[in-house]
Formats: sequence, C-alpha cells, structure tokens
Amino acid sequence: MLELLNINKTFNAGTVDEKRLFSDFCLKLNEGEFVAVIGSNGSGKTTMLNIISGSMAADSGSVLLDGTEISGMKAFKRAMRIGRVFQDPALGTCPSMTIWENMSIADNKGKSFGLSFGLNRARKDFYRSRLEILGMGLEDRLDTTAGTLSGGQRQALALIMATLVRPDLLLLDEHTAALDPKAADIVMQLTDKIVSEKKITSLMVTHNLRYAVEYGTRTIMMHDGGIVLDSAGEERANKGIDDYLKIFNEISIETGN
Amino acid sequence: MHRQRADMEALIVGILEQGLIYGIMAIGVYITYTILDFPDLSVDGTFPLGIAVCFVFINNSLDPWLALIAAFAAGCIAGAFTGLFNVKLKIRNLLCGILTMTALYSVNYAIVGKATDFLGTDCTTIFSQTKGFFIGHSEVYSKLIVILVIALAAKYALDWYLRTKSGFLLRSVGDNESLVITLAKDPGTIKIIGLSIANGLVSLAGAVYCQYSRSFSVSSGTGTVVMGLAAVIIGTTIFKKIKFLHITTGVIFGMIIYKACISIALSAGLQSQNTNLMITILFIATLMINEFALKKKKSGVNRGA
Repeated sequence: MLELLNINKTFNAGTVDEKRLFSDFCLKLNEGEFVAVIGSNGSGKTTMLNIISGSMAADSGSVLLDGTEISGMKAFKRAMRIGRVFQDPALGTCPSMTIWENMSIADNKGKSFGLSFGLNRARKDFYRSRLEILGMGLEDRLDTTAGTLSGGQRQALALIMATLVRPDLLLLDEHTAALDPKAADIVMQLTDKIVSEKKITSLMVTHNLRYAVEYGTRTIMMHDGGIVLDSAGEERANKGIDDYLKIFNEISIETGN
Repeated sequence: MHRQRADMEALIVGILEQGLIYGIMAIGVYITYTILDFPDLSVDGTFPLGIAVCFVFINNSLDPWLALIAAFAAGCIAGAFTGLFNVKLKIRNLLCGILTMTALYSVNYAIVGKATDFLGTDCTTIFSQTKGFFIGHSEVYSKLIVILVIALAAKYALDWYLRTKSGFLLRSVGDNESLVITLAKDPGTIKIIGLSIANGLVSLAGAVYCQYSRSFSVSSGTGTVVMGLAAVIIGTTIFKKIKFLHITTGVIFGMIIYKACISIALSAGLQSQNTNLMITILFIATLMINEFALKKKKSGVNRGA
C-alpha cells in the first residue's frame, strides 16, 4: 500500500550541527494495517510522517503509494489520498468557522470548491449523526465556531473531518499528545472506531506505550532513524507494555538518554 | 439658522458619501488584513489605479459603469501580482505589497500620462447620468444614493462570495493553512484569488472616487491602506458585538466613523496638513482599545480540555 524505499535525510547538512537521521530507511505498510509507531524524541517518527505527507522532502529515496511514486508531488496533491491529524488540535479545524461549516468543507474534499453554496444543508443530519458518536454534545452545537471548543473537542472534530471523505492512508501525528488523559482516551477510542469501521490504512505516531500496545494491528519502535522493533500478529499479541519498556530502557541506557 | 442647517446637511452627506466610497476600499482591506492575515500595502497603488483606469475611460467618453468594471478588473490583476510575488517568488508579504505599490506609481502615471488631471465638465459620469432621477431637494442626496447602491452591491457580493465553497477556502487559508492542504487544495492559489478580489474592490472604490471628485492625482493613494486598516479595526472592534450585522457592514460603518472624525477635526480648526498625524493617533488609539478588549476577553475564558 505504502512503501518507503531507501530514504535518506540529513538535517543541517554541511554545518557543525549536521545530523544524519535516515540512511536507506525502508518501511512497507500493507493494505488495512493500523500501525502504531513509538520511539524517543529525535528517533525520526514525525520526520517520517512529514516525508510521507510531503510537508518535508527527503534528500533521496522514493515514496510509493500503491506503486505510484509520490515523492515529487506537492503536499496538497498527495492530500487527495492522504488524510492527516496533527498534534496541535488547532491545525485540524478552521477556528473562525462554525462546526457545520467545518464539516461542510471537509465533506467537499476532492470535489470542486466553486461558487455554489458552501454550507451543506442537505447533509446536516448526517453530520449530526457523525458528531453524535463522540458523545460530546457537538451535534447540538453546529453553529458554534470551532475556535471556542476545547482541545479534546477540536481534536475529535478534526479526526471526524479528516476521515469524512475516506482517505486511502491516514497519518496520525501524536494526535493525542496535547490532550489531557481523559480527552486523549476518548479521541483514541474514536480513532480506533473510525479506522476499523472505514478500514483505513493508518500510521499513528504516539508517545503513549499503552496506545501502541492496545490499539492497532502492528507496532513499530524507532530509534535514531532506524526500526528497532516491528511486530504484528501473534507475536505482538503476546507482548505487553513491560516488554516494550524493557527495550526502550535498554536503548536509553546505551545512548545515555 | 436655515443656512446653518443646510451646511450641516451638506457636511453629513459629504461624510456619508466619502465614508461609503472609502468603505468599499475598506472591505477590500478587510479581506487581506483580517481574512487572509496578509498586510497588503499594494492598496496604496491600486486605489489610484482605479482612479487612473476610470479617468481614461471617462475621458474617452466610454460608459462610466463599464469604467467601474474595468477598474475592478485592473485591480484584480494588480492584486494577483502581489499574490504571485509572495506565492511563486516567495517574497515576504509586506515587501510584495510595497513592490506592487511602487510599480503602480509608474503604471498609473503612464495610464493617464500626467501627474494630475481633471475631467471636463461635459464628461458623463455615473452621477451625471443619474442626476435626472432626483427632483427638488432630493438632489442633495443624488450622489449619496448612487454611492450607497454601489457600496451595498459590493458588500453583498462579498458576503455572498464568503458563503460559497470557494469563499470557505478563502476564510480557512488565513486561519489555518494546514487545513487547506489536508483538503487537497493549494493555499497559494487561494491567497492569490483573495488578494485579487481585495485589490479589485479597492480599485473599484478608486473608480467611484474618480467620478465623484472628477480628478486624478498620481499621489492620491498615499495613506489609503492606513485609512482602510483604521476602518477595519474600528469596524471589527465596535460592531463585533452586534450579532445581526455582518462584519463587512461594520467595516463600512467603521469608515464612516473615521471620515466623520476627520471632518469634525477639520471643521474644529485642524490644519489639513496635520490630518496624517491625527490619522496615526486615531489608528493607534483604536489598536490599543482593541488590544485592551482582547485581553479582557482572554482572561475571562477558562482553559479546559
């Protein structure tokens, strides 16, 4: 489905701060997989997402989506097939627009944004039903501007918006990291629900080991631009948080982190 | 006594006329400053561009309404250049406006061929064409009504546009560029469209002003952007609270208030060469009131999850 081949990326090349992150990094995602990526700061998780989404270019290597080379494509063009939810809840919604308006533009993704009426009245009930799933009462607040919602509500809305038109690939960039534990749990459960319901191939970067173990179908641990652990299926099912923590600590001791 | 009332009436009508003309310009500034978050200084060049284009049309006995449309189109093109400088050439937004403004100074001069010029008394304008509809005392309001119709048309057209799908994108791009990218749309293109419409409106205001003042001056654009910003800030600060009013209406009212302040100051004995200083003081005062109001609002919000 998604394939990263021989990705190379060096930051601050040619300066004293030069840091080579990826050298010939490879990753393959199969159709329908829900992959959780964990790893310490600077391990390359977010850079990997940025290279896939196109908001950052790799120095060399190719990004294949269903066999098509997309590494030369602009970010907004790739977005036609890739959905994304950011860590910052403010990035997934338009704060000055109402929930209804936000849902309407998200629903129009892939179609033309012409001079027809922006607010989708015909689908109002459908939007209501989507928002009802959240259990946050947003379905009765369609005319509230998104900027007045709390972080958790905005992130939940952002997630619904990102998946309203089903993307082929969903990138979740530590999307629960900026939320309080309760809101994070709600958003995580919702993510799991939507992803399995719509069968979206997903790549989720998280700092939360529990989420990486409990949710998804495959877990990847990254360190220093490489994959140190990649488990799926039965092998994964038998691993608990403690096992991951052990590896995590071993690496940390090695590198003195 | 009677004389005084007539003077007062003329003063108020004058304020309203100018307030509405510059109000059209201000809603253009509202697009760039508030919606796009783009400090666009090209306005100082596109306002006289509208005057210049309209001047040439009228001087060549072409239809005065067609002159308005041509001026609007010219403004759109100029605005698109500002956008292209920013999006394609990656020049900083403030500098893009300055570049367009500077270039337009020469362009405007070239269009008219002189630094200042006046329309002949026999030239047909939108005002001379419509004057016949007003009989008796209502003639005092003839210009005002024509201007009001144009200002309302511009305002409603913009209000309508902002409610279309394309308008939704315009509103999101200033607010949250990442969202536009995730919607698989190029934020750059939308920015160019926004700047284009904004400067089209500014140029349209210039064209109306040209027919109103029957004159062209290459330097008549100086201070336009500050005036527009002042109106936007007055309008959005004072009229934000009133829910049933569109912000665009507030911005036009902002310009009328602004013009009223200047008129009152002038009639109270302010030397006209000092108006720029007064404008700046008024501008800073509104900004500070705005800032104060924002702070008060922010401290009242409880930050939950």
